Amino acid sequence: MVGLEHYLTVAAALFVIGIFGIFLNRKNVIVILMSIELILLSVNINLVAFSSYSGDLVGQVFTMFVLTVAAAEAAIGLAILVTFFRNRGTIDVEDVNVMKG
Amino acid sequence: MTSLDLSIALPEILLSLWAMVALMAGAYFGKDRLAAALTWATVAVMILLAILVGVQGPEAQTAFGGLFVEDAFSRFAKMAMLLASAAVLVMGMDYLERAKMMKFEYPILVSLATVGMMVMVSAQDLITLYMGLELQSLALYVLAAFRRDSVKATEAGLKYFVLGALASGLLLYGASLVYGYAGTTRFDGIASLIHGDHLPVGLLMGLAFMIAGLAFKVSAVPFHMWTPDVYEGAPTPVTAFFATAPKVAAMALLARVTYDAFGHAPGDWGQILALLAGLSMVIGAVGALSQRNLKRLMAYSSISHMGFALLGLTAGTEAGVKATLLYMAIYVTMSIGVFAFMLTMRREGRPVVAIDDLNLLSKTQPIQALALLILMFSLAGVPPLIGFWAKFAVLTAAIGAGYVTLAVVGVIASVIGAFYYLRIVYFMYFGTEVDALDDDGAPAQRWLTLAAAAVTLLGVVNLFGIEGAASVAAQALVH
Repeated sequence: MVGLEHYLTVAAALFVIGIFGIFLNRKNVIVILMSIELILLSVNINLVAFSSYSGDLVGQVFTMFVLTVAAAEAAIGLAILVTFFRNRGTIDVEDVNVMKG
Repeated sequence: MTSLDLSIALPEILLSLWAMVALMAGAYFGKDRLAAALTWATVAVMILLAILVGVQGPEAQTAFGGLFVEDAFSRFAKMAMLLASAAVLVMGMDYLERAKMMKFEYPILVSLATVGMMVMVSAQDLITLYMGLELQSLALYVLAAFRRDSVKATEAGLKYFVLGALASGLLLYGASLVYGYAGTTRFDGIASLIHGDHLPVGLLMGLAFMIAGLAFKVSAVPFHMWTPDVYEGAPTPVTAFFATAPKVAAMALLARVTYDAFGHAPGDWGQILALLAGLSMVIGAVGALSQRNLKRLMAYSSISHMGFALLGLTAGTEAGVKATLLYMAIYVTMSIGVFAFMLTMRREGRPVVAIDDLNLLSKTQPIQALALLILMFSLAGVPPLIGFWAKFAVLTAAIGAGYVTLAVVGVIASVIGAFYYLRIVYFMYFGTEVDALDDDGAPAQRWLTLAAAAVTLLGVVNLFGIEGAASVAAQALVH
């Protein structure tokens, strides 16, 4: 029997993989964008699981909003990445270093 | 019912309609030739909307089935944000025109970001909160990379995007946990579930994630890494925008979440905010010491100031919220003055931003140097200037709530911070001889610097009455 906790575990695992994907990744900015999607999808699993468990539709409405915003966010992220590539000629994470934070 | 809902959200609706009309006008007629006209029109719209927000009724009204609230707190924040955005638009125009960056998208993106902020501070529901926050953030990501052909600006945009999206993810994960454990996304529903002084573990986890996400947006330590790079890389008018209105919005949103939804358990989130406030004050002050670039220096300065503003929220009392609101209003005024001056800094037509460029400014531009001196003293918190009273209010609120150690840390951080503000004054008055900065053109910026300096000087009399407004706003938030 698959219960609420199983869904929450999957979501938490995806969330952690997403966070680590952002911080441990030394290769490519595209991988970071994928990690961000992973985080947002883990949130969606959480919301739908909670919504179905408590019989309350608001969580699924929230998911719809998150999905649309995630699409807009990916579009803007890729657009910024393209302008960065035009100026720098690379999208390696290690080359995002003109300014040292 | 619907028409009442729409009338409550009228300022947001009008501003977003204006953004769409301006976008159409820009796309169909004239493109960038319209940019200056559109910017002035946007300024006018924002000032009118600030007046409209100001005259709305004194009592709180909710709209859209309780998703959206219009109360004294949101009115205070909205007026501050609209006026700050208008001021930033005015002072950026000369710079953008000289840099050949005057594109018609600029006022539109600023308008859309402002709509997002206005929704944020009116949010009464996690979904409203998220939509407002994302509308603001998406517009800001684009603004950070606004100078498309510059390596630094696109890198700033990329960094801001990645860390901002991560912050949204954290906030959202927290929101999903809060929804799961509370069974509702509405703030009043969440508040009604909290009995006693402590939160259930699930809600506490969710709240911690949400505060982490919001701390990114207010650039509180340890979530501040993006601030110096984004401030340095983004075009200066955009940096000025980042330092003002979005900070007010994020701080007000943090206050909304903690006080409206979790107001019954101030001890639990007070500890998290206390840590953020203490670290921000100290690391912001220490980090600025070694900076030679004015934009990076202002970034660390803003981190430190956000720490002080958080100190007011930490208190968990009405006096604390009032102090935070006052602090934000005063900080935004001072920032506008300093950034307006930075936008005039150029040598032989090229913009410069190093501290060394200010050497002996008092000889070539005595009035501007004096205005900058007043602003720097005020940022450092030297009495009797207005910046001192802002710090005094938050420290008093923190001590009143029993955070004495934190208040002491704040005083120490403020003393460390005074060093780099006073160093700028030292350079201006006793520095070494360098080529003078240009002092042609840009009258709007110069007048804004003078006006901000005048406000910091004259405001000590009665704070121009905003103290009363802040007090009413705090009463509306803290039940």
